Amino acid sequence: MAARDNTSLLRLATAGSVDDGKSTLVGRLLHDSKSVLADQLAAVTRVSKAKGLGHVDLALLTDGLRSEREQGITIDVAYRYFATPRRTFILADCPGHVQYTRNTVTGSSTADALVLLVDVRKGVLEQTRRHLAVAALLRVPSVVIAINKVDLIEYDGAAYAVIAHELAAIATGLGITDVHTLPVSALIGDNIVDRSERMPWYDGPSLLELLEELPVASDPGVGFRFPVQLTLRPQEAARDRKHVEYRGYAGRVSSGTAHVGQEVVVLPEGVHTHIAGIDFAGAELSEAVTGASLSLRLADDVDVARGELISSVADAPVPVTELDAMVCWLADRPLLPGARVLVKHGTRTVQARVGEIVAKLDLDKMAPEEADQLALNDIGRVRVRLASPVLAEDYTVTRHGGSFLMIDPQTQGTLAAGMIRGHAVFGNDFTADSWSI
Amino acid sequence: MRSAPVNHLEVLEAEGIHIIREAVAELERPVLLFSGGKDSVVLLHLAAKAFWPGPVPFPLLHVDTGHNFPEVLAYRDAVVEKFGLRLIVASVQDYIDDGRLLERPDGTRNPLQTQPLLDAIAEHRFDAVFGGGRRDEEKARAKERVVSLRDEFGQWDPRNQRPELWDLYNPRHRPGEHVRVFPISNWTELDVWHYISAEGIELPELYYAHNRDVFDRDGMWLAVGPYSEPRGNELVRTMQVRYRTVGDMSCTGAVESDAADVAAVLVEVAATRITERGATRADDRLTEAAMEDRKKEGYF
Repeated sequence: MAARDNTSLLRLATAGSVDDGKSTLVGRLLHDSKSVLADQLAAVTRVSKAKGLGHVDLALLTDGLRSEREQGITIDVAYRYFATPRRTFILADCPGHVQYTRNTVTGSSTADALVLLVDVRKGVLEQTRRHLAVAALLRVPSVVIAINKVDLIEYDGAAYAVIAHELAAIATGLGITDVHTLPVSALIGDNIVDRSERMPWYDGPSLLELLEELPVASDPGVGFRFPVQLTLRPQEAARDRKHVEYRGYAGRVSSGTAHVGQEVVVLPEGVHTHIAGIDFAGAELSEAVTGASLSLRLADDVDVARGELISSVADAPVPVTELDAMVCWLADRPLLPGARVLVKHGTRTVQARVGEIVAKLDLDKMAPEEADQLALNDIGRVRVRLASPVLAEDYTVTRHGGSFLMIDPQTQGTLAAGMIRGHAVFGNDFTADSWSI
Repeated sequence: MRSAPVNHLEVLEAEGIHIIREAVAELERPVLLFSGGKDSVVLLHLAAKAFWPGPVPFPLLHVDTGHNFPEVLAYRDAVVEKFGLRLIVASVQDYIDDGRLLERPDGTRNPLQTQPLLDAIAEHRFDAVFGGGRRDEEKARAKERVVSLRDEFGQWDPRNQRPELWDLYNPRHRPGEHVRVFPISNWTELDVWHYISAEGIELPELYYAHNRDVFDRDGMWLAVGPYSEPRGNELVRTMQVRYRTVGDMSCTGAVESDAADVAAVLVEVAATRITERGATRADDRLTEAAMEDRKKEGYF
């Protein structure tokens, strides 16, 4: 496909406590980056007037559901799109209520950066700590802490500095390496798109300038990984007669790169072969790169099915049937030891049984707490036995190789987000000091 | 040679293909909702790429209101022919003719599409229904998942959606339920046009500037045709227009435009200050939550 330009794509998630002005911030970001069109603004203006507000409530731009507008709160993740000449952004706007922590987990799972909003007058709240802990746990590469409502403290730089320092310390303590803080007023528009002139004590970038500079996430730590989605074998149905013998394996490169001729291993069987060809919709490629959807042809007559992994050889993951994982429980009914679930890892879905709930994570103390079950929004450490092996990798090294879903075999609903901490191959170390996230 | 999907359009394309393949791999009976509109055309283009060198492994379903633009129906049939696909048509007119649906007083048939759609899904036991919906279109759609569960009545429950984590989609469901799958969720109108331009995708001609007899109704330029007659003092003018969305003749407005090709449309869309549905869809103007209400009932 011809490239139209070189704008990159950055995925953001927002988080904040109730009334920190998050919807206002997102509305301001969209408005000031000229991503809100005239008819949307007219609608918001009309509703603001009808509500008797003295200003245009930009939060109305993002609260999409009737009950959200009625209650004045955000319930579900909303996705927003805006672009600058340098970058395109996908923003997952996540609700702040405690009972919606699972939405922050959802938004953070794909985010390159989390924008956390804090009310400068309230400082660090329980929910602020929780959001930072979730960002650390889900390994969001960058965290931007926007300290909001500085207009309400008369742009007091000293007060801002105290909170900024405290937040940066908490984030760093949680192991988040790329942390940025900045003072903003979402309501007024200070430091959102343009740098504010009301804070001479702050000489850093505006929020949008910062977001244009942040790195896009990738899993640089691991080799070539290609979870096979399906086999392309058209036989007599081929659109062109010359492809009746075609057999390729379709998937999306989850990490690393590979080239034609490279030796690979098909897991979990462990069969070694070479890449004979890389195809994308009729075009032959020389290289398969991270993020690309394509199909691979293999040199030998090996049979590969959905759920298997084509991997580079030297650093190939080991098939395991037991996981040590952190899970964020997303379902209304609790997780009890012995639960039968399905585990979806990559393109592989296997039957599983939760053996033991090792402990629950106290997000405030960031320490383990004894638990015999996990309730909605709880994050805990569990051991899971699998009916057949998966190619598990450490989530701290690779988000793709280390993440999985737990699915209810009866309702088929999604029960939990899982992050692999290690597995039986590396021993059974469940002591407290191995708990750091 | 093509290297890393570095620019955002390549990322969106790779993501869309991945989603289509996941749904097809995990479910039994997929179908693609095809209206001849640009979003469903792009979706079909992605599906063709996803399964190359094989055929697109599922049929198309068109919910025909009976008020479609004739050139769009001709385009639809040509595409079906070109890709060698099976087309299933669910006809709103049939439902009106035999009394299962009543014509609305305002003449709009858009909301009437839900029942024929759900009946077709049930009759053919479709379990994965691909749609070209985009989250940037409308505020209820902004809350939609990529893979979105519908209960046995076809209903969407926005307050009880499955969390969607990483790129691990869960299209599983119980018998009688189905999922709607939106592979181009993350595309904007401008992305769609850039993609159409980059890929040289053919569209129905009414997306480009042409002369047409139109009249003004509620601030929208409606085409004069068998399903949209001017009333009393609505004055007919011949104008150079194009369509930004394709729906019923009776409720889809044209925009004044001299953008006669893709390059000109790209310039126009990049500079526009009005959303595509706001500019052109009477059905979304009914109430603040018109789309949300229709979606809950099982609409696209």
